[in-house]
Amino acid sequence: MYTASDLKKGLRVKIDNEPYIITEFNFVKPGKGQALYRTKLKNMINGNQYERSFRSVDTFETADLREKKMQYLYKEGDKYCFMDNENYEQVYLTENQVDEAKNFLIDNIEVEILLFEDRPIGISLPNFVELIVTEAEPWAKGDTASGSSKPVKVQTGYTILVPTFVTEGEKIRIDTRTGEYLTRVKG
Amino acid sequence: MSEFHLGDNFNLARKSQALQARAKLIQSIRLFFINNDFLEVETSLRIPSPAPEEHIEAITSGDWFLQTSPELCMKRLLAAGYPRIFQISKCFRAAERGSKHLPEFTMLEWYAAGFDYHQLMDQCEALLIAVFKDRGHNQDIVCQNYGYESQNKLRDVIPSAARDCSTNKFQDTSLLKFESHNKKIKLVSPWERITVSNAFLKYAPVTLEESLIHDKFDEIMVEYIEPRLGLECPTFIYDYPAKLAALAKLKESNSAFGERFELYIGGMELANGFSELTDASEQRQRFEEALKLRSAKKWARYEIPEKFLQSLDAMPPCAGIALGIDRLVMILADTDKIDDVVAFTPEML
Repeated sequence: MYTASDLKKGLRVKIDNEPYIITEFNFVKPGKGQALYRTKLKNMINGNQYERSFRSVDTFETADLREKKMQYLYKEGDKYCFMDNENYEQVYLTENQVDEAKNFLIDNIEVEILLFEDRPIGISLPNFVELIVTEAEPWAKGDTASGSSKPVKVQTGYTILVPTFVTEGEKIRIDTRTGEYLTRVKG
Repeated sequence: MSEFHLGDNFNLARKSQALQARAKLIQSIRLFFINNDFLEVETSLRIPSPAPEEHIEAITSGDWFLQTSPELCMKRLLAAGYPRIFQISKCFRAAERGSKHLPEFTMLEWYAAGFDYHQLMDQCEALLIAVFKDRGHNQDIVCQNYGYESQNKLRDVIPSAARDCSTNKFQDTSLLKFESHNKKIKLVSPWERITVSNAFLKYAPVTLEESLIHDKFDEIMVEYIEPRLGLECPTFIYDYPAKLAALAKLKESNSAFGERFELYIGGMELANGFSELTDASEQRQRFEEALKLRSAKKWARYEIPEKFLQSLDAMPPCAGIALGIDRLVMILADTDKIDDVVAFTPEML
């Protein structure tokens, strides 16, 4: 159980049976008045953001959140299917919940699924993934200026800027936190 | 090995301009009061019984407390025949920490016998015009908006927390537009004065009365009114509901209001003043009410400050005001963090 004065950026609390993460926090106190705790909150299930001020008497339950290793299986309609490696149970996330992670989901990749009271609500990817370039303009001779780049498509359909020397069929390493190209992978 | 980091030196060194602005400001303030026949006093930081206030909690120091303001001791000096006194001192308030709050901060407090709150507003204006001039701001000062911008369409959608007054006006987002950043604020006299009631009519989606009925005064002040005060020129907001003016004299023409005012610059509260209550029995009653409210919250038990109450009947009619030095330096140093204008924050110690 938390009180309003325990709130801080990054804290996850349960409000109306849904998990929220505090994205901004400010202590305010109008002249001679009571302390107010001004927050911005993000609903961790639907991603909606709210602004709200709390009083010191307000209390919050801890959100029961944990992560579990699972394997990505396939996409069906707008549902993404994952399998729990321990008990082989399958769980589903919506396109919304998968969000930008969909750019890096390849078959059988191991990810962490965020569970709220055993309900899957989100995903976190490994920091780095290796994907194959499926569409790229051929490398033009004379295009040697260092730092020049071109867009290519990788196997998930994601378009990414890479150095001009990268060619179709090559494997590249991508930082999933920034969505940016890191290096070519040999072999 | 000590836990000293190079970053600590950097943190202190980068405050050089703000700390110089601070030192010069304090010199200007002293000069103003000396030129106006005020006596500088020093009263005790460590006291046995702070003024019981519903929303201000003192920090203990042995069996006693650190002062939350020098008010009680300074009023005893007034009662003893010191008609014009000022003090620049440290004040301490428990659990107050934010971008505009430190648990230990510096307050300028002054009292003038024979003044009422409007005369004190005049004097506060004269003081600040003088100190701004000393820092090279003759006509205006560029100042950010220190208020908190409310994005109402995102607010209060969480049902369990839905205890806001539910008028339709509350959803009117057109009310929410206010200029937010780096505006020139005119410093030339006269500064704006607006009653609390009129500020609600002008800026808030509900009236003052509605906000009190729904117990939402503080929220509406923070979300709607504060961010709109003192944007064109510094603004005094005055005549607070009586129960929000615990040490103030009530208005003779309407006892529902106390003769209390606040000064705002750029959406930030800088000072709070009153025509002081001089009726000891009424003051005792208000203290007792505050003590009851405090004990309901399980806050520290204070003794009634008896020596203060005994002296109160001898106190001449007067007005007094407290002004936050740190926040004034924030405006001069153009920063939105109180941390930038003090050498050390508690976290740096």
